[in-house]
Amino acid sequence: MAAGVATWLPFARAAAVGWLPLAKKTMPKPPVDNSSRSDEILYVNVSGVRFQTWKNTLDRYPDTLLGSSEKEFFFNEETQEYFFDRDPEMFRHILNFYRTGKLHYPRYECIQAFDEELAFYGIVPEIIGDCCMEEYRDRKKENQERLAEDSEANEGTDAPLPPDSTSRERLWRAFENPHTSTMALVFYYVTGFFIAVSVIANVVETVPCRPPKGSVKDLPCGEKYQLAFFCMDTACVLIFTFEYLMRLFAAPSRCKFMRSVMSVIDVVAIMPYYIGLVMPENEDVSGAFVTLRVFRVFRIFKFSRHSQGLRILGYTLKSCASELGFLLFSLTMAIIIFATVMFYAEKGTKGSTFTSIPASFWYTIVTMTTLGYGDMVPNTIAGKIFGSICSLSGVLVIALPVPVIVSNFSRIYHQNQRADKMRAQQKVRLARIRMAKKGTTNAFLQYKEDRGLGDRDSDSTALCVKNRSAFEHQHHHLLHCLEKTTNHEFTDEGTYSELCMTDSVGFRTSRSTSLSSQQGAQNNSTGCCPRRARRRAAIRLANSTVSVSRGSVQELDTLHLKTTSIPAQTRSSLNAQGVNLKLNCGEQDFSAAIISIPTPPANTPDESLPPSPVPIPGILRNTRATTFTHETVKISSL
Amino acid sequence: MGAVVGTLTMQTKQRRPSRDKTEDELEMTTVCHRPEGLDQLEAQTNFTKQELQILYRGFKNECPSGVVNEETFKHIYAQFFPHGDASTYAHYLFNAFDTTNNGSIKFKDFVMGLSTLLRGTLREKLEWTFHLYDINRDGYINREEMTEIVRAIYDMMGKYTYPAIKGDVPQQHVDAFFQKMDKNKDGVVTLEEFVVACQEDETMMRSMQLFENVM
Repeated sequence: MAAGVATWLPFARAAAVGWLPLAKKTMPKPPVDNSSRSDEILYVNVSGVRFQTWKNTLDRYPDTLLGSSEKEFFFNEETQEYFFDRDPEMFRHILNFYRTGKLHYPRYECIQAFDEELAFYGIVPEIIGDCCMEEYRDRKKENQERLAEDSEANEGTDAPLPPDSTSRERLWRAFENPHTSTMALVFYYVTGFFIAVSVIANVVETVPCRPPKGSVKDLPCGEKYQLAFFCMDTACVLIFTFEYLMRLFAAPSRCKFMRSVMSVIDVVAIMPYYIGLVMPENEDVSGAFVTLRVFRVFRIFKFSRHSQGLRILGYTLKSCASELGFLLFSLTMAIIIFATVMFYAEKGTKGSTFTSIPASFWYTIVTMTTLGYGDMVPNTIAGKIFGSICSLSGVLVIALPVPVIVSNFSRIYHQNQRADKMRAQQKVRLARIRMAKKGTTNAFLQYKEDRGLGDRDSDSTALCVKNRSAFEHQHHHLLHCLEKTTNHEFTDEGTYSELCMTDSVGFRTSRSTSLSSQQGAQNNSTGCCPRRARRRAAIRLANSTVSVSRGSVQELDTLHLKTTSIPAQTRSSLNAQGVNLKLNCGEQDFSAAIISIPTPPANTPDESLPPSPVPIPGILRNTRATTFTHETVKISSL
Repeated sequence: MGAVVGTLTMQTKQRRPSRDKTEDELEMTTVCHRPEGLDQLEAQTNFTKQELQILYRGFKNECPSGVVNEETFKHIYAQFFPHGDASTYAHYLFNAFDTTNNGSIKFKDFVMGLSTLLRGTLREKLEWTFHLYDINRDGYINREEMTEIVRAIYDMMGKYTYPAIKGDVPQQHVDAFFQKMDKNKDGVVTLEEFVVACQEDETMMRSMQLFENVM
């Protein structure tokens, strides 16, 4: 119901007294209205900007946030006002809606921001007043189109294929997106080259060459070097045929593919050759055959797969079909009118070129498009007058639909530009996201290490702690709990992929190495994860010093164990005390989900550990593994 | 050449605002009626100052010009009864409120009507209702007038009712009404007959009390 109707409701209810004499039954009890009768001024504080309004104003729309009891959630007892942490500029419009009953859309605002505000305050956008509705709808549609394009570009075709796609699917993808694989790219360029060759051959074979010995007349090159041209043509057609058949095979929907424009162009490009082969060398039909050769020029349209500009032009023409149709129709009308007039104007003169109305069509077209060849010229005065009117009107008629076509082209072109820009930005964005994720991981790992220290060395931790917000602390704690729950640990991409590599190579490795020159102590093992619960394989393959093979004794170069006195600077790999590595058991599957934690970028790169581990001073403080060379440290895997 | 001209003309795609709307707007806003002072209205009606303020704020918001004409009134009333056609009844209601009979309700009419309906004595309410039914203001309610009113009320119900409204239901209703009200059976109901008959009607008196606190 509209706003003001609420104002009139008491009036309508009062007027219901008029029904009472007619009523056959007693009236129902009226609803009890507990709200205070008197109106009061409410204070609404939106990000510091204070608005005041009557309570009744807000009550007009009871199904919105401000009109219902939902606003009580935002009531601030101390200041006795409703506080909203939102945009005060937009709130102005929202409040005006309550006051006037009309919602206006401010043109300078972003459509999404506006929508979000409306959603927050519980107002449906459909009630935007007529004055602003068109603008709102246009902007919204534009935004949605842009989002759709973006999502298309995102999920697009550059994404890697699922690994279990058939060869057919792979082939199709290779055809549609040549830059996904080198083979496809090679094929793409080869076909492009052959299209160019074919087109050039078609052109060149009509150029007159020097006549062969014994003849005076100039011969077109096509006839002089007939065999050469024929071989070139055959080669091109073979390539095109092969390509077409491959596409047909790979297409997910063959019927749809055969109906598509590109497929038709392909067929038209190669058909003349085959028809020429089939047809006999007959004088009668060779005329038709010659006409067929014209179709070979359609091979140039095959370039549209290679050129985006050509495709854009095609789309433009398709989208302006109605304007083009109008142009054609109006031109036809004008041509007929002027041709008739010119014919009758010039009818009398001797030697006039305007022999018939269809003949005058030619004059009219040439004049209206301001070409003016001059092969047909009016001689009478009337003819000249009408001729000039014809040329002036031609300019106007042609100028009319052109702006529409141009603006369509511009729009489509910009859309394409935007898609390309999006794709380029996407890469940057993904890289940024990856970096941010890595940053978070590193921060988390840093946190763990700090926490490890925290129990022993409060001074240094205090320093580190100060630099992190409460939010980060809680977040890290949460991640930590997750680790404990799943009995796995977070690590970064690099070490994980390395781990995968080693796994695939067949090594059952569980060589934990230190990933940093300095050690950090890992404290968390004592509490929750005693000996058997660890499933760690800290592998560091930077220099591939792992020489672990199945069944062999594991040599763990550096087991970083808890050490209390080592200042925490970097990460350590995580094998705590009492962790056994049983690598001889082949049946135990070593799911190397946990990898040692990499160092934060600031730190020095990891050492490579020699196969025969030399105890690195300061690293191993654990009594259990002083000389690792001879001890098999067993890490039990679950 | 045509293309050049075309691109040049493409630049000027601005829309020109229409000029002829402003005259209409001027006309509408020149008619602006202000009510009498707050004190006078308070004296004439049974409302307090606060209540009058609230009422006026709502009224002014809806009708900045200060008057309600019949079309607007019908439109507003129709919003309350979307199922059926409230225009006929709204017309009668409008006439009942428009005591000065000039085709528009000013704030004073509005508030006096409300005062009668909500804060008036029983007799005042019954008189108001009588004037509502008495379409031609001749002091008598005859069958035709009553039939009109009843039909208008049934129109507001709309088509989809349970049980379905058959053709002669309004007529029966009118007959029942006249049977109750028309004591001397002369075919018309006068004000006195109306008042007396209503006061005897238990149902109605009970209902009347319920409407005390609508506002």
